[in-house]
Amino acid sequence: MSSILETKGLTKSFGAITAAANINVTINEKEIVGVIGSNGAGKTTFINMVTGYLKPTGGSILFRGRDITGFSPRQVTRTGICRSFQVAQLFPELTTLENMLVAHAMLSKKRLGMQAPMKSQTNIDTAMAALSGYEIESYADAPVATLPQGIRKLLDIAMAMASGPDLLLLDEPTSGVAIEEKFGLMDTVMEAVKRSGAASLFVEHDMEIVSRYATRVIAFYDGHIIADGPTEEALNNPEVREYIVGSELHLQKPEDDQNAEN
Amino acid sequence: MDTLLVILIDGIVYSSWLFIVAAGLTLVYGVMKILNMAHGSLYAIGAYSAASMVGWYFTNGYVPWASYLVFLAAAILAGAFAGLLIERGLLRVMYGRDEVVMILVTYGVLLILEDVIKLLWGVEAYFAYQPYSLVGRTKLLGITFANYDFVLIAAAVVIGAMLWAGLNRTIQGKLLRAVIHDRDISMAMGINVKRTFFVTFVLGSALGALAGGLTAPALSVVPGIGIEVGILAFAVVVIGGLGSVGGAAVGALMVGIARAIAVHTYPQVELFVIYGVMAMVLVVRPQGLFVSTVARKI
Amino acid sequence: MLKTDNTSRNLCIAFVLLLLVGLILPNWLAFLTTIALAKAMVVVGLVMLMRAGLVSFGQGLYYCLGGYTVGIAGQHLGITDAVGILFVSAFIAGCLAALLGLLLCRYREIFFAMLTLAFSMILYGVLVKTSELGSTDGFNVAKVTLLGWQPSPGQLSLVVYSLACLVAFLTAFFMHRYYQSGMGFAGEAVRENEIRVEYLGVSPQRVVFIKYVLAAMLAAVGGSITAMIAGHVDPEMAYWTTSGEFVFVALLGGTGHVVAAFIGAFLFEVIRTIAFDLAPYTWQMILGTTLLLVIFFLPKGLWSLLKAKKVGGNNV
Ligand SMILES: Nc1ncnc2c1ncn2[C@@H]1O[C@H](COP(=O)(O)OP(=O)(O)O)[C@@H](O)[C@H]1O
Ligand SMILES: [Mg+2]
Repeated sequence: MSSILETKGLTKSFGAITAAANINVTINEKEIVGVIGSNGAGKTTFINMVTGYLKPTGGSILFRGRDITGFSPRQVTRTGICRSFQVAQLFPELTTLENMLVAHAMLSKKRLGMQAPMKSQTNIDTAMAALSGYEIESYADAPVATLPQGIRKLLDIAMAMASGPDLLLLDEPTSGVAIEEKFGLMDTVMEAVKRSGAASLFVEHDMEIVSRYATRVIAFYDGHIIADGPTEEALNNPEVREYIVGSELHLQKPEDDQNAEN
Repeated sequence: MDTLLVILIDGIVYSSWLFIVAAGLTLVYGVMKILNMAHGSLYAIGAYSAASMVGWYFTNGYVPWASYLVFLAAAILAGAFAGLLIERGLLRVMYGRDEVVMILVTYGVLLILEDVIKLLWGVEAYFAYQPYSLVGRTKLLGITFANYDFVLIAAAVVIGAMLWAGLNRTIQGKLLRAVIHDRDISMAMGINVKRTFFVTFVLGSALGALAGGLTAPALSVVPGIGIEVGILAFAVVVIGGLGSVGGAAVGALMVGIARAIAVHTYPQVELFVIYGVMAMVLVVRPQGLFVSTVARKI
Repeated sequence: MLKTDNTSRNLCIAFVLLLLVGLILPNWLAFLTTIALAKAMVVVGLVMLMRAGLVSFGQGLYYCLGGYTVGIAGQHLGITDAVGILFVSAFIAGCLAALLGLLLCRYREIFFAMLTLAFSMILYGVLVKTSELGSTDGFNVAKVTLLGWQPSPGQLSLVVYSLACLVAFLTAFFMHRYYQSGMGFAGEAVRENEIRVEYLGVSPQRVVFIKYVLAAMLAAVGGSITAMIAGHVDPEMAYWTTSGEFVFVALLGGTGHVVAAFIGAFLFEVIRTIAFDLAPYTWQMILGTTLLLVIFFLPKGLWSLLKAKKVGGNNV
């Protein structure tokens, strides 16, 4: 197995708070990794650092052996890492289709045209095909602001995947989604990921979902990694049981149910 | 040496005046997130009210020293009243709109007020020099200064101190600061934000008008005086950081001194200097000197 | 799925009609229309910025720059060719905007508005104190020529009018296509969510920068045409109230369609002319009231009225 992402001693502090300390993670080609950890454990901070939204205080990030530490999100995207967001980051006043069209236009290798119409038939066909890959094509003409949470999350992921990345980081794909819809959503997403051949990492609070989709689990606690290994093994790790799973199994509450408006 | 003294005094006088105008503007922005383009018009209303009051007062030959009380009260009342009308009649129905839209709303108010002022006071110049000459002049190291300038400085200090004490030492002030800090949480904690807005706007308007009233004796009051002032006050407020009263003081000092230096050394660049200072500050500190940025959490 | 878009065809028709009408328009109306077209150029640029969520309170900077370019070129350099000057002033404005844009593209919302305003006030301050350029009074500009031909004073206004129509037509034609393009939508994307734009591999700063430069060039062309038809320039063109007027017009028309800016500009000139005639002391009040009414009742501008009608018509 060859690794595509490797972080070495990744650290982030906000003033006195250490949000992530000495994070060493390796992700291999086509792997599906689940990340668990209670609120404030540093999971989002980790994803933010890998994708360039936050500058690490220390440590380095290697993507396919290349040092991408200090890259901007833009550059990280261009190198082949994409992410979704805890709160879907969309263009609320545009329609679902327009969101997808913009994603395609921006991620394509060509420059953004100033005269060629974005809504050409070919572009629309590509975008509609992408939407159907996530089973949201029926919402194509609805403004995003009117979409239900689950559809927004799917669109968020579909837009990230539009570039055909090698690695997809999903920050709580099921947060804000009704419990009975979570499995359906994850099925759709994981299928699409498998089709694309990308490796993926997803943050999840629901252990049932984690054990169903992940082949490997990384557990965060208070900015540290306390377990990293095959799913069964990691979930049965005594520390993980004490700090994360035990409480998680009772309290499956999404950590951020803020509206996606902002 | 002489020029230095003149620059210093001139600069401080101008700064004081700027601070009084800017204080109301920044207070209103801090609490309501409305950058009031019509602030200059409120200044003009204060100036006109004060000037007409001075005219009436001295024609009737009342005790000259008491004129200060009367014309400043007239300015404050006129400003407060105009503020009350604007808040109750217009802003109230516009709350919750985008900050930039609110700029345009107040721009509309500015257009209207400019004509209202012309309708009420005509287009002739008003002079209200009596309070200015009343306090006389002082010779300092061979240079003559109008004492009224020192009155302005004193007024700025008093107003600044009162604002500071009001915001930091009274319950109402603390509530205001809570609203400035986080409007949503304040509302959730049961602070009556609507009422806070109302009080703030009236107070801010009265401060703007007071600045106009204080200036009236020092110059001729003519149509359009508010337009220039309003925009100057913006520069000051933006330098200090929108919503920060302390920032307004520092911004006023920077602009005031920079302008005085320009006026006494190379007058061609006067306006250039004022906006140049603002542009430079924004380059270095995009949110102004006394406000810090918060990155969005995702 | 694709709706047929007749805008390009309609624009061509409107252009030909405007040219023909120009032959019979009374002088004052031709003047008013030219000014409206010129200002609409500025507003089109402003609308482009507004679609990206940015309101510039300083487009007067480039408007004035364009005007003074005409004046200086004619009066001091002996260059009077109308078309040539338009290119020169767009170029100069583009260069200045590229310089300022490097800084401005990092700012948003109120700070963008205030900083643009500051820059225009700097130009105003410089012009007011420059006696060589007439200080506050400005100066008269030389009459323009067209490809070596010197129109007689009687013909001049028709020539400038036609030129304004042509420039406006080209602007509207290409800007309409621009709005539908990837770069056009990038503006809306920046307005809606910059973080997403970053994560789509595009720099929001770059998008803003490009738009700012384009808007500046349009404003300069508008200022040049104004100078040609008015025969006079003064620092007032850079004063913030002039910039405020452009924002007003943009709001009046709306940002929904490129034509909205032209409708807005024309209506604005008409309202102002009438208000000024009927009520010389209260015309600003009338304008201010109109502005407030538009903000309150038509937050998307007059264009939303037209659009609502059109949709209704189709349903019948
Ligand atoms: N921008 C920030 N500024 C200050 N503290 C932050 C910031 N982002 C995250 N933190 C802190 O870092 C810690 C980890 O946060 P986060 O990575 O969001 O946790 P998780 O996603 O695991 O719930 C928390 O204590 C949080 O408050
Ligand atoms: Mg998180």
